[in-house]
Amino acid sequence: MAKTRLIQRILAALGAGIIAFILVGPIMGLKIEGYDFVANWTSPLTLAAFVCIARLVLGYVPLDRIRHSHSDTAPRQTKRSPVQVAALGVLLVVLAASLPFFASKYWISVSIIALIYVLLGLGLNIVVGLAGLLDLGFVGFYAVGAYGYALGFKYFGLGFWGALPTGALMAGLFGAILGFPVLRMHGDYLAIVTLGFGEIIRLILNNWLDVTGGPNGLDAPPPTFFGWEFKRAATQGGVPFHEVFNLDYSPQVLDSFVYLVLLAAVVITIYAVMRLRRMPVGRAWEALREDEIACRSLGLNHVTIKLSAFMMGASIGGVAGVFFAAYQGFVSPVSFSFFESALVLAIVVLGGMGSLTGVVLSALFLTMMPEFLREFADYRILVFGFAMVLIMLWKPRGLVQMRRPYFGLRGN
Amino acid sequence: MKQNQPALLQVQDLVVGYRNTEVLHGVSLEVFPSEIVTLIGCNGAGKTTFLKSIYGAPRPRSGKILFRGEDLGRLPTHQVAKQGLSLVPEGRRIFPGMSVLENLKMGLSARAQLEGSEADLVWIFELFPRLKERSSQRAGTLSGGEQQMLAIGRSLMARPSLLLLDEPSLGLAPLIVRAIFETLKQVAAEGMTIFLVEQNANQALRLADRAYVLTNGRISLSGVGLELLADPEVQRAYLGGH
Ligand SMILES: Nc1ncnc2c1ncn2[C@@H]1O[C@H](COP(=O)(O)OP(=O)(O)O)[C@@H](O)[C@H]1O
Ligand SMILES: [Mg+2]
Repeated sequence: MAKTRLIQRILAALGAGIIAFILVGPIMGLKIEGYDFVANWTSPLTLAAFVCIARLVLGYVPLDRIRHSHSDTAPRQTKRSPVQVAALGVLLVVLAASLPFFASKYWISVSIIALIYVLLGLGLNIVVGLAGLLDLGFVGFYAVGAYGYALGFKYFGLGFWGALPTGALMAGLFGAILGFPVLRMHGDYLAIVTLGFGEIIRLILNNWLDVTGGPNGLDAPPPTFFGWEFKRAATQGGVPFHEVFNLDYSPQVLDSFVYLVLLAAVVITIYAVMRLRRMPVGRAWEALREDEIACRSLGLNHVTIKLSAFMMGASIGGVAGVFFAAYQGFVSPVSFSFFESALVLAIVVLGGMGSLTGVVLSALFLTMMPEFLREFADYRILVFGFAMVLIMLWKPRGLVQMRRPYFGLRGN
Repeated sequence: MKQNQPALLQVQDLVVGYRNTEVLHGVSLEVFPSEIVTLIGCNGAGKTTFLKSIYGAPRPRSGKILFRGEDLGRLPTHQVAKQGLSLVPEGRRIFPGMSVLENLKMGLSARAQLEGSEADLVWIFELFPRLKERSSQRAGTLSGGEQQMLAIGRSLMARPSLLLLDEPSLGLAPLIVRAIFETLKQVAAEGMTIFLVEQNANQALRLADRAYVLTNGRISLSGVGLELLADPEVQRAYLGGH
């Protein structure tokens, strides 16, 4: 039995290799030199061997286990007491908040990007992890937030603090706009339409030169603190932060400030999502993911549930976008490619679909790991992909299995 | 006896179809408070369609559905569930990833007020002790019979005045079906009105006070449950008798 399986796998691997060779052989193997074809079979053979090995490895990937992510074990309820959780949370936040006081500028900026992805992961987690709506265009809302800030600044003089709620609101509105047409769609169809939505937003930003500046992008001002700017010399009429507090000027102060505000936003978002999951709307998201028809027969309105999930997720994505724009000081369409959506989705899936701890950990992991892999230079993405495959093999349901908050009878 | 009260559910000349096929061609029936009524019919007779049309999906082409004298006709699906009916859907449709307890609590979403829900949970656990034993188990790992109990319990958590069941015997061993029907009898004895849609005529007719037979989208027979059970036509069509 096991032997025939092994033989089958080897045959499948050989077959894949032969097909790969037939496909790429003529393209890579034959070169024109002068009037002659010169055959060079080493590169197509290497490639075919690679495909062969890849196919063999794939045979050992438990695809079924990955696809059917329901575990057989009972959903675990949070074991630690709320006091312990709160104490642990406070400790982690204090540790994270102390980072700018000892870390280098490089690590602060890496951490800012990581936290932005934590925020994005938390947003998409509501849509994909909790409500079970596969959204491949999440980057669209990120872009709405970022461009909302840049455009708002350019045309209406919108500041950073005003942009945070405005960006969230606008992204939420876009979430609703996307939500309506896709209410009746499920699974793959939903994924394709949302993918299109993300691309449409990027294309509009790229091509509407008069308003968005097209590929040249737009400037986004850095944040201020009660009107004090983080610059060496303030713009006309302004006061720089370092003069107010009698500090020496250092460009690192701005990054530290962005980092701390962003950390606060992440903490607030985590707290809000934790609360939401205990509230009826959060339960409804999860129920909708499990069985839409049952939901409707139980008196839940699937339209408002889906829309609320899309809008909540989108708003969080929008806030992440505002932070991104403020930190970079500049937005352009290249930052909002499909790759970003895929990365955020990878964060949610790797984190364990629905688990908040998992999302935070995997966001930190996926954004920090490429930094540690810098020595591998060109092979970075390869090593990165390999690491992800290994993790999915080791933990097919993500790093952290979702824990459910206890769901009491009276709303809480 | 029970029929001198106004009907709880009154369906008049209901015509329902999907796109270009008509499934129900004018169905009329009544359910009075605290009785068990069953609607039996073969596979494809339109039983599920009948229940779904009460919830407005698909919407009836003509006819009336009155619940406590009020027309449900134009209400959206999720509103119907809040009027005091609760459906145990065909194929159970529990939430597999949630625990048994969490499934039961989802039934609260259709409930008018949460008051008394703790007591109802205790009551449901008394009806189905199996569910209590497994209250923290993932619902998807329950056996078929237990899942059916869970689906019924979930609907009862809504404290409906009318419990609608769509083929609860589907795919279950006769012994388990009997146990579940016994529990339904117990629920009815406590004053719940039950409308049971079944293909399993034998068991359903034994349980029900009154019964209707649905044949090709029309009510072909109706009467007292046990009398229908003895009816030669029902015997021939549904019970494999001679
Ligand atoms: N969504 C649908 N679209 C079109 N026809 C349907 C649909 N659902 C059911 N039908 C048809 O309606 C008829 C009755 O189905 P149904 O109500 O499910 O029967 P029952 O529950 O009595 O087995 C069948 O002929 C079935 O093919
Ligand atoms: Mg049916």
